[in-house]
Amino acid sequence: MTATPLSHTGMAARVAQDIPDGSYVNLGIGMPTLVGNVVSAGKEIVFHSENGILGMGPAPAAGEEDWELINAGKAPVTLVPGGSYFHHTDSFMMMRGGHIDVTVLGAFQVSAQGDLANWATDDAHLPPAVGGAMDLAVGAKRVLVLMMHTTPDGRPKLLPECTYPLTAAQVVDRIYTELAVIDVTPAGFLVREMVEGLTREELERRTAAPLAYADEVTVLAPPVR
Amino acid sequence: MIDKRVGSLAAAVEGVEDGATVLVGGFGAAGVPVELVHALLEQGAKDLTIVTNNAGSGETDVAALIRERRVRKIICSYPRSAGSIWFEEFYRAGDIELELVPQGTLSERMRAAGAGLGGFFTPAGADSLLARGKEVRVIGGRRHVFEEPLRGDVALVQALRADRWGNLVYNKAARNFGPTMATAAELTVVQVRAFVELGELDPEAVVTPGIFVDRVVEVAA
Repeated sequence: MTATPLSHTGMAARVAQDIPDGSYVNLGIGMPTLVGNVVSAGKEIVFHSENGILGMGPAPAAGEEDWELINAGKAPVTLVPGGSYFHHTDSFMMMRGGHIDVTVLGAFQVSAQGDLANWATDDAHLPPAVGGAMDLAVGAKRVLVLMMHTTPDGRPKLLPECTYPLTAAQVVDRIYTELAVIDVTPAGFLVREMVEGLTREELERRTAAPLAYADEVTVLAPPVR
Repeated sequence: MIDKRVGSLAAAVEGVEDGATVLVGGFGAAGVPVELVHALLEQGAKDLTIVTNNAGSGETDVAALIRERRVRKIICSYPRSAGSIWFEEFYRAGDIELELVPQGTLSERMRAAGAGLGGFFTPAGADSLLARGKEVRVIGGRRHVFEEPLRGDVALVQALRADRWGNLVYNKAARNFGPTMATAAELTVVQVRAFVELGELDPEAVVTPGIFVDRVVEVAA
């Protein structure tokens, strides 16, 4: 492959480009948290954290951590002017009730129907843990998945059917990987953007489900902010 | 005269019985009523069902209860976190029962109990393994799973300030499960950093009205 895949920051910046000004957004744990660092200055985006924060700001300076102000990943954060605190039931009401405009989630697998598997693998050694993943996946108006195109050992994560336990069925709207931007449509995966130099054959080799292509597949490049 | 203040942590957890279901507030370490949980450990109640978001970490609070074999079952959304060594050890040995619940469902089940409702249908988890054995109904074209209310015998909650009526305000994201748990138990016990005079809390800003609270104890920060 002669193509240059996007960096994690480049992938996050590409996602941020699709988040409209004024959106209420919940970012999942892991790579999705990067999206918070790359939102363009001209947009006012309100970040929600499941543990009862709207208007979550960036990490505090060293020495200024408040351990009663943390994010879903239990890391210290800050509150922006206009932010608010509320209790868990209200927080999940916002999530399930369709009040969150966009969520960006990581995933182990996504199926061509938009099924999402991001809470459990088949590793029976680990006790199961789900957190807020299921509430968020069914509740957010738009579910964006940000993930590497394949597993570290090269197995496809875009599949005809998920083999790992489902978080939710038919919820994913769009997938951003280091190689491509792919929509989930009623007819399956539809490639919208690909990195320069990547051939369709190379992309298909890394994808286990059939791919359709938009009439005009554009170049996936990290946006200039 | 109403005075819900008690003078010691021991008095705060007095009467918790073996086999009790105990709701324990907190998300990660934020909002965990650590001193109350340690008082419960001291008090000696065993065979407990603990309802809490995480399974404790390190050697303190819920992790200490597990280590000392006081916990028969844990109901939570995310038991596997950094340092949750005691839960993981007991889980692998088959010495603790786990009921895994999506986080919003966990909170809403307690809200239903506190609100006197017989449960609810939620889309969260309806297409997952966690819906196994439960009633699933299509509502508005979407699959929903029926979830029952979850009531505690006791709730242990941390707040920032309380007056003698048990009105509460919280601190930042340490609020998390506290206000819901306070409504959902027969006996709600709250630890606060400071007592204030009746009338001193802004009535517009009271988060948990004292009607939901039975005992409050002051724990110095």
